[in-house]
Amino acid sequence: MSILVKEDTRILVQGITGDFGARHARLSLDYGSQVVAGVTPGKGGQVFEHAGKKVPIFNTVAEAAKQTGATVSAIFVPPPFAADAILECFDADLDLAVAITEGIPVRDMVRAKRAMAGRRTRLIGPNCPGLVTPGRGDKSSGGCRIGIAPGYIHKRGNVGVVSRSGTLTYEAVWQLTCRGKGQSTCVGIGGDPVNGTSHLDVIKLFNDDPEPEAIIMIGEIGGNAEVEAARWIKAHCKKPVAGFIAGATAPAGRRMGHAGAVIGGAEDTAAAKIKIFEECGISVAATPSDMADALLRIWKG
Amino acid sequence: MNIHEYQAKELFAQFGVAVPKGVAVKSAAEFEGALTKIDTTGGIMVKSQIHAGGRGKGTFTDGFKGGVKFSPTKEKALENAKAMLGNTLVTAQTGEVGRKVQTIYFTEAANLGKRPDGRDDEYYLAILLDRATSCPVIVASTEGGMEIEHVAHHTPEKIFKVHVDPAVGLQAFQARQIAFSLGFSGDLFKQCVTLVTKLYQFYWDKDCAMVEVNPLLVTKEGKLLALDAKVSFDDNALFRHPDVVALRDLNEEDAKEIEASKFGLSYIALDGNIACLVNGAGLAMSTMDIIQHFGGSPANFLDVGGGATKDQVTAAFKIILGDANVKGILVNIFGGIMDCNVIATGIIEAVKETGLKLPLVVRLEGNNVEAGKATLAASGLTIVSGDSMADAAQKIVKLVNNK
Repeated sequence: MSILVKEDTRILVQGITGDFGARHARLSLDYGSQVVAGVTPGKGGQVFEHAGKKVPIFNTVAEAAKQTGATVSAIFVPPPFAADAILECFDADLDLAVAITEGIPVRDMVRAKRAMAGRRTRLIGPNCPGLVTPGRGDKSSGGCRIGIAPGYIHKRGNVGVVSRSGTLTYEAVWQLTCRGKGQSTCVGIGGDPVNGTSHLDVIKLFNDDPEPEAIIMIGEIGGNAEVEAARWIKAHCKKPVAGFIAGATAPAGRRMGHAGAVIGGAEDTAAAKIKIFEECGISVAATPSDMADALLRIWKG
Repeated sequence: MNIHEYQAKELFAQFGVAVPKGVAVKSAAEFEGALTKIDTTGGIMVKSQIHAGGRGKGTFTDGFKGGVKFSPTKEKALENAKAMLGNTLVTAQTGEVGRKVQTIYFTEAANLGKRPDGRDDEYYLAILLDRATSCPVIVASTEGGMEIEHVAHHTPEKIFKVHVDPAVGLQAFQARQIAFSLGFSGDLFKQCVTLVTKLYQFYWDKDCAMVEVNPLLVTKEGKLLALDAKVSFDDNALFRHPDVVALRDLNEEDAKEIEASKFGLSYIALDGNIACLVNGAGLAMSTMDIIQHFGGSPANFLDVGGGATKDQVTAAFKIILGDANVKGILVNIFGGIMDCNVIATGIIEAVKETGLKLPLVVRLEGNNVEAGKATLAASGLTIVSGDSMADAAQKIVKLVNNK
């Protein structure tokens, strides 16, 4: 099994007619993912063609889902309209909305997150690389690629990867693949202060899924999401976890006032998070080059 | 995006948040005229306008003490303002170099000071995002006029928080909770409810990242005023607030950061001597970390974003080379989708165009990486190739430290 998406998950792409969305829709099709619909308001009835495949475009998410059976959306809509695109997924009762868009106003995300409460749709992102469940073909082709991650760096296997950062996720995945260790699902939850799915949400899914035997969790300074996940891991997680926190050298306090320090508390620095990781039994990578090896020190695969 | 105190107070006034009357000027010739526009009978506050806190306790580079001064007379106000304007103010938040004061704000000081009943008259109020709940939170305290971190650490029971449900907005009972928690009654209670309500409306309508009033003050006459104002805005939302964008003061921003932003680069200068150029914020942060891990000192954070074109790399090198402390450069690119060979070609062209003489270590990984490495090796330039982040970091640290 995998989490959130499987090889045959049917995907729709919001913003498929834009440069960014079109480019990554083509890469997902090349990877063998089931991109079955595009959505661009006003361009319903047109067709997105790539390598002999024809993807119908619809005006609304609800119509695209109804006509094609798509259950997941990849959102490449520009920032001013992205929250609206996310809300449209909730309204269409999709299983999953993956918001790739970078630069969505915080206020829009605060409202969208509130609107998500009680709905069946899970949101991943925004400002994230998306997620990949690697396939079993050559260079992991045939998998489900939603977003902007390079597909070929993956390999199907038994490690779950969750991270806020895109390129740092690729770094971890590539280290695993180079050591012959594959991944069940890799999830980029995004770097924005308000996001749909937390580290802990993904860790719980990995814990309940029989396929991953071990987990890599990659975090950053700021907020308390990694700490929350680490404490849960100590109490409940059945699987070995390795972790890395980026930002030990980041300059502190490039903000005007101080109220953030009151809200953030004392646990949002890299040093504090690393200490809590260690206390919670997580194998901490000393450098980003050491992420896969940190896992292999506690898990033999 | 940050704005000055005087700009924040003008916005407060537009939203009906009570502030002391004041006038901001940018030249000494305007000082006397400005002082005729406000009531100076109770004295004048002379306030240096820079984008940093701790102004009152700051010291100017010529030794003049205090970036915010109470001046009992017009003459004293003129004297203080002349000492501040054009002078460089160093505070706990500016770093050693300080900030040049280019605007002076005169405000009325009448009726400030202790209330007749002798009660403490300074309070704290802030509104910002609580990341843990994804909701706005209003933070209030009876301990105004001092550093809120200090209050949070030593007397956390004196800090009150009210979370606002974004679906319905701030409710009247919540504004009352704040006013009660600060111990107000009677007319001051009503003033506080009004001020909190209007301040929240400003925070929400203008897409603020943070609004902080410290202190919120009760005058001798029983008026509640925002005596100071710190406001920052969500950069992602500036597209819908042209009036806010117009308040941007480029003098307060780092020239290199402004230049970087023109090329889609995110750059922050640091104190070290090894510059880095990376794609992706998380990878860029951890590249700085790994330089330090192996005994080096990062000179900057520089994220070229998803791609790394020749123009971007050239612009990045020029910005990096503008920092005299830089003794070596580490390029770390994970070209997931991009062709590493294209990136390698861009790096070579950028080296030639900028005439780079410093040690350069390049670590490429990803799509078509072998061709990229071959291109770098065949360039005839002294570019050192790193096989992993650790290898590359160790190489650049060695090259710089052995010079």
